Amino acid sequence: MTAHPPATPAPDFGPHVRAVARTGRTVVQPRMGFTDPARMRAGLRAVRAARAATVGTITVDSYTRVGDLAAAAAAVGDGTELNGYPLLTHPVPVTRAVLADVAGMPVQVRHGCATPEAIVAGLVAAGLSATEGGPVSYCLPYGRTPLTESVEAWRRSCARLARLRDDGVRPHLETFGGCLLGQLCPPSLLVAMSVLEALFFCQHGVDSVSVSYAQQVDHAQDVAAVRALRRLADDLLPTEDQHVVVYAYMGVFPTTRRGARRVLADAARLATAARAERLIVKTEAEAFRIPTIAENVAALEAAADEAAGPGDPVLDVDEERRIHGEAATIVAAVRDLADDVGTALLRAFRRGYLDIPYCLHPDNAGGTRAYVDDRGRLAWDRIGRLPLGGLVRPRRGRRPTAASLLRDLNRVRDRADAPELPAARPGDALGG
Amino acid sequence: MTSPPPPAERAAGPVVVSGVSSDAHTWNLVFLHLLIEECGHAVRNLGPCVPPDLLVSACLDAAPSLIVLSSVNGHGHRDGLDSIRAVRAEPRLAGVPVVIGGKLDVTGELAPERARRLLDAGAHAVCTDDTGVHELRAILASRPARTPLAA
Repeated sequence: MTAHPPATPAPDFGPHVRAVARTGRTVVQPRMGFTDPARMRAGLRAVRAARAATVGTITVDSYTRVGDLAAAAAAVGDGTELNGYPLLTHPVPVTRAVLADVAGMPVQVRHGCATPEAIVAGLVAAGLSATEGGPVSYCLPYGRTPLTESVEAWRRSCARLARLRDDGVRPHLETFGGCLLGQLCPPSLLVAMSVLEALFFCQHGVDSVSVSYAQQVDHAQDVAAVRALRRLADDLLPTEDQHVVVYAYMGVFPTTRRGARRVLADAARLATAARAERLIVKTEAEAFRIPTIAENVAALEAAADEAAGPGDPVLDVDEERRIHGEAATIVAAVRDLADDVGTALLRAFRRGYLDIPYCLHPDNAGGTRAYVDDRGRLAWDRIGRLPLGGLVRPRRGRRPTAASLLRDLNRVRDRADAPELPAARPGDALGG
Repeated sequence: MTSPPPPAERAAGPVVVSGVSSDAHTWNLVFLHLLIEECGHAVRNLGPCVPPDLLVSACLDAAPSLIVLSSVNGHGHRDGLDSIRAVRAEPRLAGVPVVIGGKLDVTGELAPERARRLLDAGAHAVCTDDTGVHELRAILASRPARTPLAA
């Protein structure tokens, strides 16, 4: 090969998703990354060809994520299968060739890295402009990178992406703040974190953003949370180019195919009921291994079919008001700490205004705990120094124990894997 | 520099809970934290991704009565060995037992020779998945607690 093929032009990620959503469809997206460029290319082609409104994903492997490029290169050299695409190991022309068949479909890079400058540089070199994460959500839940380092790294990464606008490209960033430890975080903190990270992106020049929310334990509570997220984002983000993305459950996943299908169907109904523009699916293989291309396509098509339905539009107005109120209070208290959002985030963690339940990172205060209450919803057990005094109702039920923690962590899996669904349908908890 | 506390005082120190260097999992450490507190012991939880030198310095600071290492990513038999060797190489931690458990290799059934290596390196016990929690409870029950167990 003597010359790089030209960069593959693709529509800008944010405007594309919003345009599809305006036609009444939910954009669906996989989590997908393969070591072998030919397989990655085939995977993206299959995603584009799926019977659904799709956008593509390149998920980066975990050696690249932690910056161990020697290990990634060694794995590529001896043909070892990694858990993602080694974006910084394959030469740029190879990655451009991977993307060559799917011009017309936006592709996002997903990575999980607290200090993503190299990954951002790599995706820009490959002609891409959409990625995800955030200075808090990709730092505190994973490893020990100090939050100050992560904030600085994300400032620089945002600045690099923002420069793409000089070339007429609209770079897009999605916050991962709606996930945190994947489970057992009350919705109001997920909503607040997602909005705060999106504010950080906007302040650093990336104003095509999406705010995220990961499916939790109760459908009606999730619908309320996603609606609250949209309202807060609408009110606070200084951009029109914003949308909401729902993640299919990120906690302990069902081990039966039927259980996995139930959880995925619930996620699609959540996206529809709360009018989220985009949904990131998981597959039936989730609990066991990296899914195949065919399993990804099947999950995308099943989710799109389910999302085309009515979506159980249960409205729990009180719950939505409560989540919105708590989240708005947290965001306002954090923003009062500094005009610069990154500085405000650092101060907020030092003061405990932000404090992720069960997160053991040295920069997390560790004063909060959450649990699944008697109605089967996420609730605060301890609020530490979160600015929620007066807003949070007294704890109902018993204090978390090791046994109750395990039960709460496994709740979604055990319910979905059960031979028969309990009599209650999503939303019935409203009467409780 | 402080001299090591006398044995009686050391026995009342907290239980240090820690992950190992390459393992980012958190929920196993949270579970152990609650379990050990319920057994009446104070806990110093170091969190995930703890390299051996950090483990040693944190233990010198905490003066623990027991060190509990947990790993579930399948690399624990290797990373845990490094952690245990580092603790045992520090004379000021000579009297502090180390227990390691979880899913310590990718098969989920730790090979006996791997368990042997961990014990030879100075682990007090290797707790594998099925019986690990019962074994840990028994070890905790045999040690002086911070507070009397609740009735």
